[in-house]
Amino acid sequence: MARELLTGNAAAGYALAMAGQANRKARGCCGGAYPITPQTEIIEFLRAFEFEKGQIVPVESEHSAMAVCIGASLAGARAFTASSANGLAYMTENVFAAGYFRLPIVMVAVNRTLGPPWNIWTDQGDSLALRDAPWIQLYVESHQDLVDTILVAFRLAEDPRVLLPAMVCMDGFILSHTQMVANLPEQNQVDRYLPICRVPHRLRHEHPATIGGLAWPRETEHMRHEIQEAMVRVLDVLPDTLDEFEHVFERRPKGVISPEFVEDAETVIIASGTMARTARNVIHARREHGERIGLISTKLFRPFPREAFRRLLRGRRRIAVLDRNHSPGSGGIFGQEIAASLQTFTGALIQNYIVGLGGGDVTPAVINRVIDDLASRTVAVDPIWEEVMA
Amino acid sequence: MTHMTTVTACDHILRAGNTNCAGCGMSVGLQLLEQGLGATRPTLAIPACCGIVTAGAFPTSGYAVPVAATTFASAPAVATGLSIVYELNRDPHPVVCWAGDGGTYDIGIATLSAAAERNENIIYICYDNEIYGNTGGQRSSATPEGVRTSTTPRGKAERKKDILAIMAAHRIPYAATLSVAHRDDFLRKVRTALSIRGFRFLLMLSPCPTGWKSEPEESVDLIDLAVRCGLFPLIEIFDGRRYRINVRPDGTPLDAYTSRQRRYASTEIDMDRLKASIADDWQQLDMLARVFPAK
Ligand code: SF4
Repeated sequence: MARELLTGNAAAGYALAMAGQANRKARGCCGGAYPITPQTEIIEFLRAFEFEKGQIVPVESEHSAMAVCIGASLAGARAFTASSANGLAYMTENVFAAGYFRLPIVMVAVNRTLGPPWNIWTDQGDSLALRDAPWIQLYVESHQDLVDTILVAFRLAEDPRVLLPAMVCMDGFILSHTQMVANLPEQNQVDRYLPICRVPHRLRHEHPATIGGLAWPRETEHMRHEIQEAMVRVLDVLPDTLDEFEHVFERRPKGVISPEFVEDAETVIIASGTMARTARNVIHARREHGERIGLISTKLFRPFPREAFRRLLRGRRRIAVLDRNHSPGSGGIFGQEIAASLQTFTGALIQNYIVGLGGGDVTPAVINRVIDDLASRTVAVDPIWEEVMA
Repeated sequence: MTHMTTVTACDHILRAGNTNCAGCGMSVGLQLLEQGLGATRPTLAIPACCGIVTAGAFPTSGYAVPVAATTFASAPAVATGLSIVYELNRDPHPVVCWAGDGGTYDIGIATLSAAAERNENIIYICYDNEIYGNTGGQRSSATPEGVRTSTTPRGKAERKKDILAIMAAHRIPYAATLSVAHRDDFLRKVRTALSIRGFRFLLMLSPCPTGWKSEPEESVDLIDLAVRCGLFPLIEIFDGRRYRINVRPDGTPLDAYTSRQRRYASTEIDMDRLKASIADDWQQLDMLARVFPAK
């Protein structure tokens, strides 16, 4: 294992390439790649990588990048790609298709603001717009978390109890273009962690089958229900994949959600991605001043870990959910999910804050303002926008 | 466990009991494809079109070979993924796209062009019924000028797109036209395509009684007439440069073809102009075949 200073994109490219390479003893790996800022370096890395048994196809659009993954996965290979913002939006039809096909494709989504206006900075609105697609969604907060989560994503997606694609989401520029030190695994470790990729329903001439054709309403409903069941199973399978990870790499990736100081907290901040890192520093500082405040950093967004939130948040009095995204006419998307999860609670004040939209900096000052604002409230109101709060 | 239908293997690509309309050129085309491929079994990538409706509904399928039903614009890209992984695994089955004109001339053209530019190892067959048959018959960029469809009730204003020239311009190793009325030529071209590596594009004029408003039993005859009157030239283009004309027009008048389809009964159709453009196309084709002949 090597400790290296590298950008988030390089880290993502490295992890994807190692995972693909690990399937060389089986049916190899393949993916489509199309550039978009701030994801471009990932596909540059992949195109430069010399796979023993694999190929990354330089396609003409994100729509086709996912289509190549679909074809490759239907042929039994390990398939992956990366995209961002309008690229993800353009890819959407095939993103849904990949999930409904139950193909264990992994995609790195570098979170960027959906245009217009054209804005290249981070915002989770792009990947969260795909929340209703049959994809596992994981959000990371550091380069190490990114490398680890990408490997976990393959293991999770390919688990026969799951068989669903997985998206690993990282904040554009804040992670994609900054350098951090991360432990990079060796190929032989990845070989051990990722068993050969088996797509049980891959197209075979011995059993000619048509996949993706017409189905009647009842059968369609049945297939959708199977996807729901598979999604729910992710919550059981994920801890196994983390245990196995720890066994092979001798470190443990962050779990479904990571609580800190929550047991005795009155106030809890919930955040994802790099916002959670900033919030952690603020909370540590305020704890030192005796404030009973805690943090939950969320990694898993789909399936949404409702039970885990319910368990942790029982008895907490004030809860702030930070959202770097916005669903017009509703509010922050994490905020909605948390509120829906906790609907049976009485007494807790759950306040949603929209912060850092369009790549705005979520600094310690912003987190401090959120905490102070929350303390001043007696009832929850509609989502509070950072610009209004200031 | 998933949206997949497994059928018993048999010698055919198209199994008995499919739902295609009587007289559908696509059904005949699938049978000729099978004969041309011989013992070689293809994997099909089929976008949204009548060709995937042919499969019928889950849990059965009209196809006895593996089929990926792709999103409308994606067949060549899905086929790319399939074909690359087949090659990585030395899997000899050819990957064949089977697509209608909408998925080829219109929504799928960027994907098609890109796969051709990359020279992916794919046989792409467009069964061109000049209409969106699957949705009841609307104009596409393959619909000939003047022809009536449900979205061109007064006749289409624009000329048909010359997809073969567009594909040849990609300098792909092989592009050819197929006629369901010229069996030997059809089979030979499928075998030629099979013997070449890289992107191969085959264009088949596909009678569609539903959209053409023609009699089902006349379908194959109509294609014969289209070839004989010069409307649908049977040709081959190698590397986008070298031409071979397979069948020449024999003087059959154009209205022998058009008068048997009510879609041509539009006042917007200027027969003289249509004849002139056919003559023009042939002049150009003749010249190309003379100056750049296939060996
Ligand atoms: S609508 Fe036309 S192309 Fe479609 S099945 Fe019927 S005849 Fe064939």
